[in-house]
Amino acid sequence: MVSVPISEQAVWDILRTIPDPEIPVLSLIDLGIVTRVRTDDGAVEVTLCPTFSGCPALHQMRMDVEETLVSHGCTQVTVIVDQRASWTTDLLAENARRRLQAFGIAPPPPRGESLPATLALPVKCPHCGSSETKLDSEFGATLCKQLYLCNSCHQAFERFKPL
Amino acid sequence: MTKANAPVIEMLTALADDELVIGHRDSEWTGYAPILEEDIAFSNIAQDEIGHSLVWYTLLERLLQRSPDAMAFERQWLDFRCCRFVAYPRGDFAYTVVRQYLFDEAEHVRLEALAQSSYGPIRDAAARIMKEEAYHLLHSEALVERLGDATDESRRRMHAATATAFPQSLGLFERLEHEDVLVRERVFPGNAKLQTAWIERIVATFGAVSITLPLDGSSKPLCLADYGGRAGDHTSDLEQLIADLHMVYQSVSGASW
Repeated sequence: MVSVPISEQAVWDILRTIPDPEIPVLSLIDLGIVTRVRTDDGAVEVTLCPTFSGCPALHQMRMDVEETLVSHGCTQVTVIVDQRASWTTDLLAENARRRLQAFGIAPPPPRGESLPATLALPVKCPHCGSSETKLDSEFGATLCKQLYLCNSCHQAFERFKPL
Repeated sequence: MTKANAPVIEMLTALADDELVIGHRDSEWTGYAPILEEDIAFSNIAQDEIGHSLVWYTLLERLLQRSPDAMAFERQWLDFRCCRFVAYPRGDFAYTVVRQYLFDEAEHVRLEALAQSSYGPIRDAAARIMKEEAYHLLHSEALVERLGDATDESRRRMHAATATAFPQSLGLFERLEHEDVLVRERVFPGNAKLQTAWIERIVATFGAVSITLPLDGSSKPLCLADYGGRAGDHTSDLEQLIADLHMVYQSVSGASW
């Protein structure tokens, strides 16, 4: 079977429709984990840079990329996972922070001089907007999140870990 | 495996095996930790450490032509090169906290050094892992500070845990067979230097909660270090752990998700 040639731009547009398995309001492009797309006739090669090294969603993301591209007519799809590249939350797309906030997850601030300095910045509650919040745990329901409590509206919330 | 790569292979195997084995011990708290936040924390840390073992095993794959799964699931327990320290049973929560703290500080000094390694792939991997590890250290250091000076029971348990764990943890810095080559080639500065930097850090934290370590006037350990793991001289605790780790893989060969 001969596959249909596809442009790199078309591949990027398709990847923009694939949601993150754990935070579905963000696409893989919003997350900033797609580092390279190469096309050669019908063959497509996509390079992913994992967020956290142990992220269990990576396997799902890989399958989602393969299946989605195949459903768009690509027959030769290769997904490369680049463990050497270092992902940071500064790679999140600009609108990703707004979407996280609306989804109830406090977005990470831009990385400061050091992690302790970044973590010392006030964290706004995504529910009521108050900065009267405190860290409850460095860890949360997934590797990329931590737990906070809001002293104003008394709700717990998650925040995306600055990395 | 070429002879030239043997020193790097030795170091990467030790790094990867330490991460996998302590990650497995951390995972044993899932569902059992004393409070929900710690249950979540140790489950996360377990995933992180096992993820870091994957990063190191992936570097090894290019040198050994052996997949990360084969390294984790197809080697005999005596072929692992983790230190004995990471394989000991999880003990009580105080021991778990002290072990994790000692391990996290060791990772901190080691990764800072490896981020300057002459070997590019190690440098890149260290930079990636360091950022994630920062959260582990914040967590374990805060727990040592809190439990080290909370109640009579917590103080008693933390003192006892430190007395047990400190001699064991020196095994993290056991000399490698190819240590001289690795130092000469600037792959890393050597375990003795790392241990000195590590002791300086842990003395400060333990000192703040009045836990003293058996050190002489120039901060050298006075106790016997628990060596052996880097040469494959393990205790039966690792045998048990690897048997658990391999159980599913070996009972359903070729299984996939």
